[in-house]
Amino acid sequence: MSTPTVTVLDYGFGNVRSAVRALEHVGADVTLTADRAAAESADGLVVPGVGAFAAVMEGLRAVRGDQIVGRRLAGGRPVLGICVGMQVMFERGVEHGVESEGLDQWPGTVELLQTPVVPNMGWAHVEAASGSTLFAGVEDERFYFVHSYGAREFPLGTTEDTGRLTAPRVTWSTAGTGEGEDRFVAAVENGPLSATQFHPEKSGEAGLALLRNWVLSL
Amino acid sequence: MGVAVRVIPCLDVDAGRVVKGVNFENLRDAGDPVELGAVYGAAGADELTFLDVTASSSDRETTFDVVRRTAEQVFVPLTVGGGVRSPEDVDRLLRAGADKVGVNTAAIARPELISDIARRFGNQVLVLSVDARRCRPGTVTHSGYEVTTHGGRTGTGIDAIEWARRGAELGAGEILLNSMDADGTTDGFDLEMLSRVREEVRVPLIASGGAGTVDHFVQAARAGADAVLAASVFHFRTLTIGEVKDAMRAAGIEVR
Repeated sequence: MSTPTVTVLDYGFGNVRSAVRALEHVGADVTLTADRAAAESADGLVVPGVGAFAAVMEGLRAVRGDQIVGRRLAGGRPVLGICVGMQVMFERGVEHGVESEGLDQWPGTVELLQTPVVPNMGWAHVEAASGSTLFAGVEDERFYFVHSYGAREFPLGTTEDTGRLTAPRVTWSTAGTGEGEDRFVAAVENGPLSATQFHPEKSGEAGLALLRNWVLSL
Repeated sequence: MGVAVRVIPCLDVDAGRVVKGVNFENLRDAGDPVELGAVYGAAGADELTFLDVTASSSDRETTFDVVRRTAEQVFVPLTVGGGVRSPEDVDRLLRAGADKVGVNTAAIARPELISDIARRFGNQVLVLSVDARRCRPGTVTHSGYEVTTHGGRTGTGIDAIEWARRGAELGAGEILLNSMDADGTTDGFDLEMLSRVREEVRVPLIASGGAGTVDHFVQAARAGADAVLAASVFHFRTLTIGEVKDAMRAAGIEVR
């Protein structure tokens, strides 16, 4: 089998160097570019992202990332969103009272976490979706999160809600403890579109295993 | 549930070399921050912090190279502090592979630097480092804690508790609270100061200065620290990261 090719979309947001290196480490042939043809033709596309939702969307549109993602998904070609790169897959984001449109691959809103300490920063467990490809073998590990906003609901039915295998597999995590707990979407696997709120490229061996699972699925 | 309390080793780096000494066996080169960073990563460090103490600007390139090489082989978050004076400095460090950037002295002179950085790169990249020492409450400062510069030698007259609160308000994503009284003593973190700052800020709080025993780490977490940072106890192998985490776990504190 040939080495899967992965394009990491370079649109000015995200610690792309780490993502590139981590994907190479798990055996992908990685290119960092905003070139449309390369991004559309690679076996896998990674959409990284840090910072503000609105700024990330603006950056994505500037390289026609919205169309690249749309075309790939229409053709069943894998895309992995990371951190804000996951958040923009939702319908909208609300930051500082300002609402921005996302890529709208899933209904739902990305909003401020309701916990005593924000940003939610550090290593947390997840409730891995049953049958998950990404979390195979690392269901019980911790992953590195750093975010103030999250999708606190997933309005589209999940596999667990509906019993339909074609419905998204949704993995949850919790910020805060006790009274100050807030549950949010930690990862989604929905046909060709996968995404994680945490940073697999910064989550040590567990994160590398997750990326390996994704690369092997390409 | 929620995030685990992070244990963070800190390396002082000068012109690409670790200073303040490291006493490890099985290192090819004890002065190489990249190699040491990888060792700590494998030992369970939840993050790494490099404090760039390089004096001359011509040696700064070396720092970027160290950050670059570290980020290529250590897959945990990397914070780099020291000498950050502008959003451009932040940009260069992030491009080299840093995940977060520590800001200290420059923000004291120009607090708007905090909001400039936060607006451009997001709050999560910015760690406001506060070097504080005690003074008599109601004298130099109201709270009895004063912000210092030059390794704690120079007072600023600024109230440290108030500064931490303001820094978070301006957009710092984290506060690194370093006790200049406790620093180097191995007598424990300044728990009172930690609790005071915890009451004032919603952003994560990193305790620094004074670590000597595993109990000190437990105490800092109980005082409200979201992360604990230490240098010498790890470099001289007085404690390992594993020992610290075992003690915290045994005390009922969530660790990775």
